[in-house]
Amino acid sequence: MTDAAVNDVSVDTRKSGRFLYGASVVFLCAWVIVPIYFLLINTLSSPETVNSFPKPFIPEFDFGSLQFFAGFSGMLTALKNSVIVALLTMIMSIIIGAPAGYALSRFDFPGKGLFRMLILLTRAFPLPLLALPLAVMFIQTGLDDTAFGLALVHTTLAIPFAVLITFSLFSGIPIELEEAAWTLGCTRLTAFTKVVLPLILPGITASAIFAFVISWNEVFAAAVLTIENRTLTAFLLQNLDTSPLHLKFAGGFILVVPALIFIFAVRKYLFAMWGIANR
Amino acid sequence: MAEIQIKNIAKSFGAFQALNDINLTIADQEFMVLLGASGCGKSTLLRIIAGLEVASSGEVWIGGKRIDHLSPKDRGIAMVFQNYAVFPHLTVFENIGFGLRMKKLPNDEVTRRVERVAGLMHIEMLLKRYSGELSGGQRQRVAVARALAMEPDVILMDEPLSNLDALLRMEMRAELKGVLAESKTTAIYVTHDQVEAMSMADRISVMHQGDIVQAASPIEVYRDPAAKFVASFIGNPPMNFLPAKPAGPSKWQVAGQTFDGPNTDKAVLQFAIRPEDMQPAEQGLVATAKIVEPLGAHLLVTCQIGDALFRVILDSDAVVKPGQSLTLAPQPDRVRWFDPDTTLAVA
Repeated sequence: MTDAAVNDVSVDTRKSGRFLYGASVVFLCAWVIVPIYFLLINTLSSPETVNSFPKPFIPEFDFGSLQFFAGFSGMLTALKNSVIVALLTMIMSIIIGAPAGYALSRFDFPGKGLFRMLILLTRAFPLPLLALPLAVMFIQTGLDDTAFGLALVHTTLAIPFAVLITFSLFSGIPIELEEAAWTLGCTRLTAFTKVVLPLILPGITASAIFAFVISWNEVFAAAVLTIENRTLTAFLLQNLDTSPLHLKFAGGFILVVPALIFIFAVRKYLFAMWGIANR
Repeated sequence: MAEIQIKNIAKSFGAFQALNDINLTIADQEFMVLLGASGCGKSTLLRIIAGLEVASSGEVWIGGKRIDHLSPKDRGIAMVFQNYAVFPHLTVFENIGFGLRMKKLPNDEVTRRVERVAGLMHIEMLLKRYSGELSGGQRQRVAVARALAMEPDVILMDEPLSNLDALLRMEMRAELKGVLAESKTTAIYVTHDQVEAMSMADRISVMHQGDIVQAASPIEVYRDPAAKFVASFIGNPPMNFLPAKPAGPSKWQVAGQTFDGPNTDKAVLQFAIRPEDMQPAEQGLVATAKIVEPLGAHLLVTCQIGDALFRVILDSDAVVKPGQSLTLAPQPDRVRWFDPDTTLAVA
């Protein structure tokens, strides 16, 4: 075989490789973006357009569907409940998760590896398995159908992430910074508040927002554990079979958008949790 | 007055004994360098003095006060870290003033002191910057300035220059020595760089496997190593060793030559000499040149005497070819003797 032939072969492989790569990227992007785009079109169209066929590919910027959504009885209360539960989840998961993350990154204690495993293990149990016993227990303690009770469950779901994100953030802050602060007149506490906290605050915010999104998106526990005080997800699920198409689209849109925006805002820290450097 | 006394300090990490029974007194205003290879326990000792590590046993006294039970902030020390540990969220000014603010000094006093040490370290123009906007050398200056601003009794430095490039390191070495001498603080400086140790120290403590092998002035450590470890650790290239057999009272035979030596009943000793203390002569040790390295300032010749490799530093004008036979005479007052069993020097 001549050199030219060898070169041709390798150029061909490289070309087809690049094509495959491009195609995969386009496919994966479409996989994520197309449904969200349809959601957007249908939300921003009048109810009539939503229910007709074929559908337009360009949104009409008609707020009829969203108005209908806002006017639907119980919808705004559900939205309010969602926000309350998500805020509670956010606060509790940081208050519990951040100190655990700090301890994991700064102290050596027996059972550290096991502790890390156990934190992850809370995600190993399927929620349906836990939801029913929890419902019984909540009814016994009077926590059922309260925002706080649901936030407790969501906190359990969010804590592993809160611990892991803050763990990686604290680990990213050299211990020497704290030690320097100690030699410069700080106690362990003031070194934390004056040096570590300012450095870690953006990351803590990210982890809090992630907890918010976890709670915001959660359906199952919300549907099982609340009746009167439904969150938006549970409320939409409840009315899924009876509500008109445009209401579903509007509800879906209202659910997806904050989650999307938040996750986009904190993506850097989520990558950090998985150990991918993104700088 | 800030004399430091380290009494019977020992430290173990689990089964690993990092420090065995360290005793050391550092005089007021002395510049003490702890020198050793990595893992010898020098940083651990420094961190115990700083209060960042707790000793397994023993006591640390500073200025006649026992301080090993105090937290770092109450010990009257300031520390410079290897990676500088400049706070990234504060300006250089606030970094240097951090400790002073913690002491709740009035604003004008903080400003006065920050400006003084910033001037000392030549970083006045950087006071408004953040650490992200500084070079390694500048960060290093900030770290030293921050320690000096505390006006501590004792300043502790953990390999402060090792992250700088060679040229900058040499420059900072001299500057740091001057600044510290002027500040009249007692200083303990940890390094693995023997040139740094030799050039800066009033006294060097050579550490090896958790022990202080020798604590003496740089020239004494160099000329009169207390143990074979010191002789082979300090000096580049290190000391040469040759086996010696007794040849009568105070006479020892080395590679066929007889030298005056210590009067002991040992059956074997080690003859030691620095590479630069050998001169070509009519009479002396007969060596075969193996490798000849012209280094500009001088000529480094690695040669063989018996089974042993032997390095000599000759004048750069000397003409030596590999394979050539050399006759080398050691300068008599520079010859040292070591006991191969205890590895200690024999007088």
